[in-house]
This record gives sequence, structure tokens and C-alpha cells, in this order.
Amino acid sequence: MYDGGKIIPGLIIFVGLMLFAIFNNAGKKIEAPKVEKPVGYKECVKPVQYMKESHMDLLNIWRDEVIREGKREPVEAGGAMYEKSLQNGCMHCHTSKKKFCDTCHEFASVYPYCWDCHVAPQEDVALKEAR
Amino acid sequence: MLEKSLKGNLGYWAWVLFLLGIIGVGVICYIVQYNYGLGATGMSRDVTWGIYISQFTFLVGVAAGGLMLVLPYYLHHYKDFARITILGEFMAIASVAMCMLFIMADLGQPMRALNVVLHPTPNSMLFYDMIVLSGYLFLNVVCGWVVLHSEYKGIKYPNWVKPFIYISIPWAVSIHTVTAFLYCGLPGRHFWLTAILAPRFLASAFAAGPCLLMVIALIMKRTTKFDIGRVAQDKLVTIIGYAALLNFFFLGCEIFVAYYSTIPGHMHTLDYLYFGLADHATGQVYNNLVPFMLSSVVMGFAGIGLIFVSRYLKSDPLLALSCLLIFVSFWIDKGLGLVLGGFVPNGLEQITEYVPTFVELGITAGVWATGFFIITVLYKIAISVKLENEKTA
Amino acid sequence: MDSSRRKFLKIAGITAVAGIGAPSALNMLMKQEVQASSAGDGHGAQPAAHGGEGGHGAAPVGKRYGMVIDAVKFHENPGMAEKCIEACHSYYNVPDFGNKKDEIKWLWQVPFTNAFPGDESHYKKDDRTHAMQFMVLCNHCDNPPCVRACPTKATFKNADGMVMMDFHRCIGCRFCMAACPYGARSFNWRDPRGSKDGVPFIKKVNPEFPTRMRGVVEKCSFCDLRVKRGLIPLCVEATGDSKAMVFGDLNDPNSEISQVLKARFTIQRKPSLGTMPSVFYII
Repeated sequence: MYDGGKIIPGLIIFVGLMLFAIFNNAGKKIEAPKVEKPVGYKECVKPVQYMKESHMDLLNIWRDEVIREGKREPVEAGGAMYEKSLQNGCMHCHTSKKKFCDTCHEFASVYPYCWDCHVAPQEDVALKEAR
Repeated sequence: MLEKSLKGNLGYWAWVLFLLGIIGVGVICYIVQYNYGLGATGMSRDVTWGIYISQFTFLVGVAAGGLMLVLPYYLHHYKDFARITILGEFMAIASVAMCMLFIMADLGQPMRALNVVLHPTPNSMLFYDMIVLSGYLFLNVVCGWVVLHSEYKGIKYPNWVKPFIYISIPWAVSIHTVTAFLYCGLPGRHFWLTAILAPRFLASAFAAGPCLLMVIALIMKRTTKFDIGRVAQDKLVTIIGYAALLNFFFLGCEIFVAYYSTIPGHMHTLDYLYFGLADHATGQVYNNLVPFMLSSVVMGFAGIGLIFVSRYLKSDPLLALSCLLIFVSFWIDKGLGLVLGGFVPNGLEQITEYVPTFVELGITAGVWATGFFIITVLYKIAISVKLENEKTA
Repeated sequence: MDSSRRKFLKIAGITAVAGIGAPSALNMLMKQEVQASSAGDGHGAQPAAHGGEGGHGAAPVGKRYGMVIDAVKFHENPGMAEKCIEACHSYYNVPDFGNKKDEIKWLWQVPFTNAFPGDESHYKKDDRTHAMQFMVLCNHCDNPPCVRACPTKATFKNADGMVMMDFHRCIGCRFCMAACPYGARSFNWRDPRGSKDGVPFIKKVNPEFPTRMRGVVEKCSFCDLRVKRGLIPLCVEATGDSKAMVFGDLNDPNSEISQVLKARFTIQRKPSLGTMPSVFYII
């Protein structure tokens, strides 16, 4: 190999830099974020585990069904019917964007652009209505 | 082979640095536009495409114009074009790259650009434009690079590139045809709604592309030892001259149809571009493109006249000047008038004029500089290889 | 370059190209997006496949919503048009930037010559037509050029014949705006949630409907959401009992709109373009 003396140390430095974040945090205990659960509601439209892992997929499916296919029939959760809508459905129970959505998203360092268009409920008003 | 671009004299490096500086300005302007939105440009509700899309349209032409340099050599074995074929292919690469950058600069949601691939829509002309443009880029990269690399190693290019070379010839026609179809298939935009839009695009492309190449070739003749040869030069003059005349013939056809039929919709945009158009209600005359369009006509005809004179006198400076005149003339015609004019008047016969902002011009300059940067690097490689080969031969 | 490396690169290149191309090609073949039902011909899945106005003899399939606007009633009731526009723009969070360059509008008024350019057949128009203002909005064409132009299906015709916008998918290329012969589309040149001198562009955000983000196109939706729930569009509702606007299914011969169209002489905007607008005017 030509220039092996430069390439191999270079590669080692590069790999070291790339793996720095893993080494740095290895073994540290990191606490999972605590999201605020809705007050007065027991069940979501899907099992909790599914919602934790795949709520974004469900939102995408709802989006395409509602906008593109015109399937607007409401969904059932705990005996009540809800609109297939982030703004008017999900946020009916999960009244606080800050304490529900943001807590977890910030922890996971994901920044979805839902709220660039959708309107988060005014927290105090929504909470009163929900109660 | 790429290392050839890293050896150059002071002038070469100064030029590269200059281009990088302009690219830097373009990047800064783009950041401003990205953060604010496309409102940072001069575009409005009525004039929804501005200088980005018009540059894109013109540059598709320059890319397609490379065909005129490739076709004679590969299809007709016209040996005198052996030295410039590669230049045509590399010019096409740079032009298509610029086209893509202009499209990206024009998108309101550039992060979603891949939606065109994720949700393919065969009824949209933009879908086909994406296919033909990326295909043309691929073809020219493959053909240009492989052929030059073979030359570098002193062998004939391998047979497997031949099909790509032959495909690239009709493909060049397709890119400009599809680009014309973006416009001429839209109902209610009378200026664009014409079947000779694609032929007109091609005619101007076959003049503008070789013009740009000729200017660069003449610059290289003075600054390097690379000379494309008198025979090739003279042949190019013929190609440019006829293509440019054909473009004006098509323009004349448009003008005849509009003003002999006197259908208002057909006349409006031509009125606006060449004479100024008055608003129905207020009587105010709008004419901010008139000086450009008139000088385009003057420069175009002057260029055509002079280019034949230059051949007769065997004068390189005059040839360069006439090519520059034709290039600028067609840049105004297609790179300004065609796209901007189509929006005046709008669908409700209201008139809104468009003036680009500094941010917009900065981005535009940045993209052009990127294109010239690509051309510089690729041509540097090409002529280094060619000159070296001739030395050893 | 030795031959094995070259071979590897060749294969890698071809695989990459195939990998990028294959999913979209498959998608195209497998997935049938919901296409609109059209006025006449039952097979009218593609907008381009239109022969004539329902010339294929088949009975109309599905719904096709339309609107009749009585310009005379609007002329006789000053202020009613503004009420309609306000009802629309406030519900749908349509921003007001206070300048023409950034302007966004779903429903607005223009004089006859602007609404119907090329239709000024008489040398002198009667005073009333001259003085009248015409409500213009998206025509929800049966053969919409914007849908044909959109490269991502962000704008599409739904099952009820309404031309819809999917703001999530729009890439902001504005091809639809070039394609629309009616100037019905607006672009978010800047963030509609911003403000100038402390005045927000959207005066009061309606939490029931999202705002838009910068870089997407928007237009009148024919209140598809409300219609799906059995309500009429907000502008029609704002005209009260005046019958200045009548909304309904053009494919249903017994609907009110079909009755009005049968009884009255109406005109459409630029019918010669073959877009088959769903909005009709009584003048």
C-alpha cells in the first residue's frame, strides 16, 4: 500500500472520532423521559406499546386515509369515538403538546414538523374542556 | 486522471478561487432564502416562476446543444470534431448540474424533493423531466469519462460505451423537448401554448450551446496550447449560424400567427415583451422587459451577420464577439423573456411585473459559478490529457 | 484499475441504479391512487382520457359537486361577498400579509373583464355587468390542468370530484400555479405564522384547521370536510337564504343545483379550454 503510514493512523483517528459518542456515554445510567398521561382517560385508540413505537406511522396512515381517500369515519377508544385527526383527535385527550409530545421528542432528539401547520391546543382551555 | 485538475498556473488557480468565492456568496444567499422562504425572491402570486426556472430552461438548451458537437463525430465519423466532442459532453454535464441546482433553489420545500420519486406521477411532465435530465447526466458522465480515460491510457474506447453514446444523441433532443412540454401543454397560457415551442427551444439550443463552447475554446486557444483547429471552428460557425437563423424564423412564425390572427390572448405577451402592455383598467403601460427583448433581437441578428464575416476574415476576436452576442441574445430570449413573459398577463388578465431581488441574483450567480467551476475542472482534465497524448504521439 | 475492482464497481453501480429505480417503478404499477369519478364517462380515471362532456353515454357515476354563483344577488346585496370571504378565510387560517406580492386568497372578487377575459363580446357592456363584481375561487374542474401538472399527486381529484391539496406532500414547485388558467392558487412565499410590526398575519388562529407552512401551495377546498359531514361550504352558508350561492351534486338530476342550472342561463369561466369548471355564474 502506498502511504500506509498516513492512511492507517488517519483511519484510526477517524473511527475513534466517530465512536466517541458511544464511548463517552457507555455505562452511564440515563433516565427515560416521563410524559404526562391524559387525565380521566384510560384507553388509547391502539395498545400503548403500539402507540409508543408506531404513533408516527399511524398518523401517516390517518393522514392519507383522511385527505386522500376520504375515509373520515371516527375511531373508537374506551367506548368513546374520536376524529382521525392529530389536532382534533389525539390532542383532545393529550391536551399538552409540551408535556406529552415534546418531552419525548426532545429526549430522542427528533423534531417532526407537525406543529409547523397543526395548531397545538391552548393547554389550560383544553384541559378544562377535557375534564 | 482527476489529479490533472490539481496542476495549474497562477491564472488557473486565481480563476478557480474567484469561482469558489462566488459560490460562497451563492451559498450565503441560499441560506437567507431557505430561512425566510421563497418570498426572499421577486416572485409573486402572479409571476410564480422567476429567474431560477428561466435559467433552468436556458441551461437545458445549453446541455442539449452539446449534441451538435457529439453527433458529427460519433454518427458521421467527422474526424475534425475529435478534439471537441469531449468538450461538448463535459459542457452538458456542467449544464445539467446547473439545471438541477436551479430546480432545487426554486422548490418551496426542497427537503421533500424526493417526493417526485416516492410518488411517481406519469401524467406530470416534471416527472419525465426528472428522468430525462438525470439520464442525460448519467450518459454524459459515462461516455465522457470513459472515452477520455481510454485516451489517457492510449487505447480506443471500449465497445460497451458505444450504445450509451448512441442513446445519448436522441436523449439530448428529448431533454429539451420535455422541457418545452412543461410549458406548451398548459391551457390558458397563450404565449407558451404553441406546437413550435419544442422546435424553437432546440434551434436556440443548437446555437447557444456551441456558442458557449466556441467562446471557451477561443479563450483556451490564447491561454493554453489547446487549439480546436480552423476546420472545426468553421464547421461550428455553420452550425451556429443556421441554428440561430432557424430560431429567428420560428420567432417570426409566432409573431405572424399572433398579429395576423389578432387574437388578443396571442398578442398580449408579445406586446408585453416587445412593445409594452397597457392595463385594461388603469391604462398604465408595463414594459420592463422591452429593452432586454429588443436588444436580444438586435444582438442576435448582429451576431449572425458577424459570425459569417468572421469566418471570411478568419478573425478569432470577431468570432468570439459574434458567439458572445448570439449567446447573450438567446439567454435573454429564453433565459428571461420566455418564462417571465408567460405570466404576463395572468389568468385574470391582470399585469404584475417581476424584478429579481439581490438574494435571488446571488443564488443565480452562485449556481452559474458552480457550473463554470465544473466546466473548468473537467476541461482542465480533458485538455491536459489531450495535450499530453499529442506530445507522446 | 485492475479488472476485479472494475467489475465490482460496475456491478455496484448497476445495483444502485436498480435499487433506486425499482421501488418507484413497482409503486407505479401496483398502487392505484384514488382517482376521481368524472361527470360523464364511467372510465374517466385519467384526466387526460376525456373525450367530450360525458359523451360516452354511461350514466354519471359518483358525485360531482358544483356551485352556482348569482352575481346579480351579490350586486344587490352589498357586503354579502365580504361576509363570505371572511367566513372562508377566517376558518381556514388564510393569512393576510398586507401586500400583493405575498398575497394568499381562496375566494375573492374581480370585475367581469378579469373573471371572463376574452368574453367581452359586446363593444359596449350594459352598466350593470360593468359595475358588478364576480366571486372567483377554485373551479374544481372536472378535467383539472393542475392535477395533470403536479409531479407528486399533492394536488388530486377526490371521489367527490373536488380538487384537493395535500399540504404534507407538496414540494412547492408551483407547476400547478402555472397550469391553473383561473389564478385560483396561492403560494406561501413566507411563514404564514409570522407577524409584521406586532400584527400576526393570521389574526386569530382557528384551532379546528391547521395553518400552512411556508413553501406549499394552497387554494379553496370546496369545504370538503364540511361537505363530508353533510354541511354546505362556509361561503354558501354565509349567503343565508338569499340563494346567491347554490351548492350541490351536479350528477344528481334532482339536486337544487341541477334544478337551477336547468332553469337559468349560466356561464362558466374559460369553457373553451376544456377544463370543465364546476362553478357556474348567473349574470
